[in-house]
Amino acid sequence: MRSALSPSARWIIGVLVGTVFAVPFVATALFTLTLPDGSYSFERWLALADPANAARYAPVWTGLANSLVLAVVTVAIVLFLFAPTLVLVALRFPGLRRGMEFLALLPIAIPAIVLVVGLAPIYLTIGRTVGTGAWTLAFAYGVLVLPFAYRSIQASIDAVDVKTLSEAARTLGAGWPAILVRVIAPNLRPGLLAASLISVAVVLGEFTIASLLNRQVLQTGLVVVNRQDAWAAAIFTLLALTFAFVLLLVIGRVGRVGTGRNTP
Amino acid sequence: MTSTDPTLRPLPRTSDNALLSGAGDGTRVEFRGIVKDYGATRVLHGVDLDISPGEFVSLLGPSGCGKTTALRVLAGLERASSGSVVVGGCDISGVPTNRRDLGMVFQSYSLFPHLRVLENTAFGLRRRGVGRAEAARRAGDALDLVGLGDLTARYPHELSGGQQQRVALARALVTEPRVLLLDEPLSALDAKVRVQLRDEIRRLQLRLGMTTIFVTHDQEEALAVSDRIAVMNAGRIEQIGSPEELYLRPQTPHVAAFVGLSSVVPGVLRAGRVSVWGHDLPANGEAPDGEVAVLVRPENVVLHRGARPEGGGVAAVVEESTFLGSYRRSLVRTADGVLIRVQHAAGERLGYGDGVAVALRDEPVTVRPRG
Repeated sequence: MRSALSPSARWIIGVLVGTVFAVPFVATALFTLTLPDGSYSFERWLALADPANAARYAPVWTGLANSLVLAVVTVAIVLFLFAPTLVLVALRFPGLRRGMEFLALLPIAIPAIVLVVGLAPIYLTIGRTVGTGAWTLAFAYGVLVLPFAYRSIQASIDAVDVKTLSEAARTLGAGWPAILVRVIAPNLRPGLLAASLISVAVVLGEFTIASLLNRQVLQTGLVVVNRQDAWAAAIFTLLALTFAFVLLLVIGRVGRVGTGRNTP
Repeated sequence: MTSTDPTLRPLPRTSDNALLSGAGDGTRVEFRGIVKDYGATRVLHGVDLDISPGEFVSLLGPSGCGKTTALRVLAGLERASSGSVVVGGCDISGVPTNRRDLGMVFQSYSLFPHLRVLENTAFGLRRRGVGRAEAARRAGDALDLVGLGDLTARYPHELSGGQQQRVALARALVTEPRVLLLDEPLSALDAKVRVQLRDEIRRLQLRLGMTTIFVTHDQEEALAVSDRIAVMNAGRIEQIGSPEELYLRPQTPHVAAFVGLSSVVPGVLRAGRVSVWGHDLPANGEAPDGEVAVLVRPENVVLHRGARPEGGGVAAVVEESTFLGSYRRSLVRTADGVLIRVQHAAGERLGYGDGVAVALRDEPVTVRPRG
């Protein structure tokens, strides 16, 4: 379908929106580069790599490592637990869809502090059974990303006739594992990638639950460092945003490769 | 295969294609008292159907009559509430779909969008453990058979509807299933492609000798390709027989109304014969003696210009007349308000309001109780 907007109108809108997003980044970048005398220097950026400051910035590096582990586990929960559940609902229990949607949206409606109050006793049990490693926070994050993951995956499911495709595959001799892996998952790839990306973004940006449950993640690490060095915190924030942006590009690119659906 | 009918003998099988050289004689399929309930609603009321090896049987009926449900029960996509499905002498009611060795073509093409034509076609072979190279060779053979051997590298969205359905057919055939199931495979196609593909399916089925069950609501399709047709209504098979039997000797009013066009005229039934407009005709169907409704085919109505002919008939006025190529079909209204369709020569032009007379040929008609 042709866009109703002319190319010039699209360019103007793109530049305006890009400016709105770029201003805070540019301002933060200038903040990290400006010295007290008004000159510009990469001095504070280079200081991050200075071994003498290693102990000072350790909370950020530890938090980043924990956040990356959490991102992997959360994405695994989304891909291997949540997505198959949505497919199952679409194929076998379509009547449960409304209930599923309601459940998936609850984490948005419930404030994080209320979530933590509910999660605290659960994490006592989790701590006794599987330990208190930072990765255990992924169970809470799995709940937190539900609304975003649900929207992305459900949109892909709605765009594909999963019922007929799975029936066709069954008549051709495929069992359920083959149907999920070889037929349904490739057709849900855009939704699964979007859900994964958004999960990574949520995990990297989450502070409240980690802080209240006393876990060390990127955001809590940044707060600790910010108390000693506001510039370093700003630099790490910029790096995290750049990482998320690159991730977005990479996942977007991977999503297009090999889908066989050339855009007209 | 109905061996008594010489026109239904398989076409010669050639060895130019792996599928053709491996063609068999088909497999017997039996529905035994299939009942299917969705909650409190019963959609199949004990369907019994025995399909001979290599036979092409159509399940014909209006939407919601249970024909697709019956097919899905055979495929294992729906579980029957009671009754059994027997294929090749074995009860397969408890066998999962993926182990039933049936090929199925769906109305909505159902090609896998992320796979190329060749990969789509080879999918069933790969799931059966056939090696990549061998699967590709056999898939190529199947695509040759449906005339798409040069489109193997395309994706489904790069094909027309007819081409997609041909790929779906090749994909269903390539595994050499015991039974081929066709669930309204032509419904989404335009009229010309539909006729083309319909005839192709029939030719292939005859060459492969594969038992085939074809679900359709289009009586013309069913009449054109089937060895036998089972006409379904409200979850039951009303009549099963050859296309000729169903058309010429419908046993129920529903069959008469659904297979071919019919006009309903009043008559009086007595001892198996019905009196209509001074004609005395043999009657099919069950109705008590007395006043009945008579179903009359357009080709069994004779049109006369001007006065009523000797030996029966009735005066009428032309309401509409449609040119249909090799013949013309007109709708006329008798003095007592009965509308009758008449099929007559294309050159016999009629205009609105023309006075005519209609009479009936001495052919059996179907009757039903009036009311």
